Amino acid sequence: MTAITAEADATASPRRAGRVLYGASVFLLCAWVLVPLYFLLINTLSSPDAVNSFPKSFVPEFDLGSLSFFANFAGMLSALQNSILVAGLTMVMSIAIGAPAGYALSRFDFWGKELFRFLILLTRAFPLPLLALPLAVMFIRTGLDDTVFGLALVHTTLALPFAVLITFSLFSGIPMELEEAAWTLGCTRLTAFTKVVLPLILPGITASAIFAFVISWNEVFAAAVLTIENRTLTAFLLQNLDTSPLHLKFAGGFILVVPALIFIFAVRKYLFAMWGIANR
Amino acid sequence: MSARYLPYVLILPVTLFLCLFFLYPFVLVSQQAFTTGEGFTLENFRDVTSHWKFPISLQNTLLLAAAVVPIQVALALLMATMVNRMEKGRDLILYIWTIPLGISDLAAGIIWLAIFEQSGFLNSMMSALGLIDRPTTLLSYQSPLLVFVAIALAEIWRATAIMLVILVAGIGLIPKEYYEAAEVFGASPWQRFLRVTLPLLRPSLSTALILRVILAFEVFAVVQALGGTLFPVLMSETYNYQFVLLNGGAAAAIALIILGISIAFTLVILRALRVPKGATI
Amino acid sequence: MLSKSTLTGAVSGVALLASVASANADVLFWSTQAKPVEEAQAMREQVLANHGDSVDYQPNDGGPWLTRLNAELQAGSGSIGVLGALHGDFSAMDAENLVDLTGVGAAASDTFNSLAMLGTDEMQYIPWMQASYIMAASKEALPYLPEGADIDALTYDELIAWATNIKDATGEAKFGFPAGPKGLKHRFFQGYLYPSFTDGVVRTFASDEAVVAWEKMRELWAVTNPASTNFSFLQEQLLSGDAWIAFDHTSRLAQAFNERPDDFVAFPAPAGPAGRGFMPVIAGIAIPKTAPDMEAAKELVAYMLEPSTQIETLKATNFFPVVDVELPADLPPSVQAAGAAIAKMAGSADANPGLLPAGLGTKGGEFSQLYTETFERIVLAGQDIRMVLDQHKPRLQAIMDESGAPCWAPDAASDGPCPVQ
Repeated sequence: MTAITAEADATASPRRAGRVLYGASVFLLCAWVLVPLYFLLINTLSSPDAVNSFPKSFVPEFDLGSLSFFANFAGMLSALQNSILVAGLTMVMSIAIGAPAGYALSRFDFWGKELFRFLILLTRAFPLPLLALPLAVMFIRTGLDDTVFGLALVHTTLALPFAVLITFSLFSGIPMELEEAAWTLGCTRLTAFTKVVLPLILPGITASAIFAFVISWNEVFAAAVLTIENRTLTAFLLQNLDTSPLHLKFAGGFILVVPALIFIFAVRKYLFAMWGIANR
Repeated sequence: MSARYLPYVLILPVTLFLCLFFLYPFVLVSQQAFTTGEGFTLENFRDVTSHWKFPISLQNTLLLAAAVVPIQVALALLMATMVNRMEKGRDLILYIWTIPLGISDLAAGIIWLAIFEQSGFLNSMMSALGLIDRPTTLLSYQSPLLVFVAIALAEIWRATAIMLVILVAGIGLIPKEYYEAAEVFGASPWQRFLRVTLPLLRPSLSTALILRVILAFEVFAVVQALGGTLFPVLMSETYNYQFVLLNGGAAAAIALIILGISIAFTLVILRALRVPKGATI
Repeated sequence: MLSKSTLTGAVSGVALLASVASANADVLFWSTQAKPVEEAQAMREQVLANHGDSVDYQPNDGGPWLTRLNAELQAGSGSIGVLGALHGDFSAMDAENLVDLTGVGAAASDTFNSLAMLGTDEMQYIPWMQASYIMAASKEALPYLPEGADIDALTYDELIAWATNIKDATGEAKFGFPAGPKGLKHRFFQGYLYPSFTDGVVRTFASDEAVVAWEKMRELWAVTNPASTNFSFLQEQLLSGDAWIAFDHTSRLAQAFNERPDDFVAFPAPAGPAGRGFMPVIAGIAIPKTAPDMEAAKELVAYMLEPSTQIETLKATNFFPVVDVELPADLPPSVQAAGAAIAKMAGSADANPGLLPAGLGTKGGEFSQLYTETFERIVLAGQDIRMVLDQHKPRLQAIMDESGAPCWAPDAASDGPCPVQ
């Protein structure tokens, strides 16, 4: 009797230890992400004096001075609107154009496939600031210059490799047999895709949508060169932050981070909405 | 529609798009790398590679990638498997872990500088704990290792989430039956990870790795914020040639070198993580 | 799902696109100056708001600034009306891309006006505002001044002794030097260190006096906060206490004086055996040939040179007027402190004023880079001074020969390219 409980304890305690370890790791990893952001928050909500002081306080003093400076900054709202528009357009275009290519890469063997993959990767491996000059000349000549749409085109170029490769790797994870089974059940290629594959791939689409949005949101250089009247928030704020006084640097950084966080929060559901189906 | 033409129809929009907005400007810029005044020349490449800073920048870039990327892979895999077996609060935890995605490299540089600078949070913490009695200089030319560690930490913090999201979506596609079968055969969690998760995750893993490695070679803003002038990388040299020295040809040459390195690493990763034909999941 | 809201976004995006073309009445002021968000805001609200036409003031990093400008010049049409930048930025440009501004305005100083011609006989840009580099110190540092040293007439030796005293007493190196990525260290070498020790910049680059200068620089660096390689705006380190004594551009020290005026003092740069070298900073305004509305652009340039505008600009940016103005009494603390320090520097008995590099054209960046590299190799990497100078000498000569730039003060004048002796 005692021997049995002892034995049960013996198997339970490593398991409990495992659970504690697991919980602790989750906690630590969360802290690893959140603590630096918390520091940003402290500095954002501190007076200039506190930002420059040593040792730093670990509790924000809720001084809204730095934030209100930006609230009065001319053009913030329209810049915010432009940023959202550009990022939204980038998201839609990169998925609409990228996902079919990802599907093609995963399902077909065709001549030029490697070349195509290569082209996709090249796009990310060359620094945009060098490409900005010929792009700007082209945009000025074609009237795309200083438009939300034009900038979204450039950002889509940056986001496409992510969209194509992510959707490719996820389509590859979905057995071809699943689609074929749908065909035998009377689906066409298209309906098999929309009814069977698409729901499975939604988390992946969401992932690439997040990337597209974030890439566009955070892109400074092209935005600074290609937009004048229709500046994005990032071009408007970020490139001038590093030369600004510390407290404004942090507050500006904070203002840029928040909308991106809200966006990720809003779409996080889709990353998991299909969890049950995916774990069929 | 014939299945023979279907793939071309599907990739046509991307191809057109990239030709117009990437290949066209890319070809124009690349031409500059091979010209100085008249005709074809490799002089720009000779110039940039013979500069004393080039080997240092190259070494720094490669070292940083070598230090950061493996840790990120391990961390992202760990986080992805943890999220996978989570029952409660999965949404929230995953959200928290993906937060750095939304933070640009410039903003990340600002945040981490606030931690590592002399009157920053790290020193404040150490002095609150009584470890030091006055702020010490952390990011200085006398402690290159510390500068390197700071940059690596900031990069790991900022860019692990990119891999995490790709891997999480990939893991979600692995059928549960595989794990159940493995469990029936008495596989330990570690064995299950090695024998089921890793092989089946290969497509996602190679995508995540390739994208991450390519971006690692273009690291710039975080390095500049934390390393100052102490830690030149290839990208900072590119900018310097383009915007300070006004030498577009040399800038294009370095950019092409970065491109070459990226391609080489991509090929290696693709080869290493190739999914054997016929062994599709 | 995602599609609905983004689709509306897409639609309104296209609608916005259509409306843009018509709303282009503003003069676009494309500038590399007054970049910090507060200064940009002050430029818009205090300086430009009183101009008749509405002005769109857009400060940018050098990279986007140049890329956009070049794109407009290449495309042959554009939206930039007026350019604002430093002398060096303009001298790197092709003269034919800038509109002749002769007669639109001029600075009070003929030296500045002739600099602005960039070697042609037309005004390529109009001097817009000026500044200089000075020293600033926290009042905490004052008790450590070496005995007998006058803070307004320091020598390099006294400065080093001062910083050494502080290091001995506090255990920390508290001299701050702008050696960060955006720091203006090269100007210290070109306009302060070299003139003070060698009475030259180019001719004396590899002279024996230059060896002495770099030895002094090493001594100074030994008592300099080693994190200086991250410092680009010394006001931050003065405010945080990481630096007690600092050398920097007046506008990059301004925030310290404006935030805590009673805690800091401004004073002239130190003197060496060849005098008290110092150098001005000149920002100019120009009009690119692609400006959409030439008349409006010229009106804006003229407006920027009006005395009242110049005073507002001073308040907004800490850059001083280039035309004769009566300065009001209610200037911000930073302006008062910097103004006094510059006046003492210029009025000192051993003053040895230098000029900005001129005639270097696109080689300007390379020229500055050479001095920065010399610093990095000698001071940071600890390489032999004579060896480094001798290795860099032919590179400097090549820069001078290729650009054809004649010597500028304090170097003795030259016929043809300035020789490195």
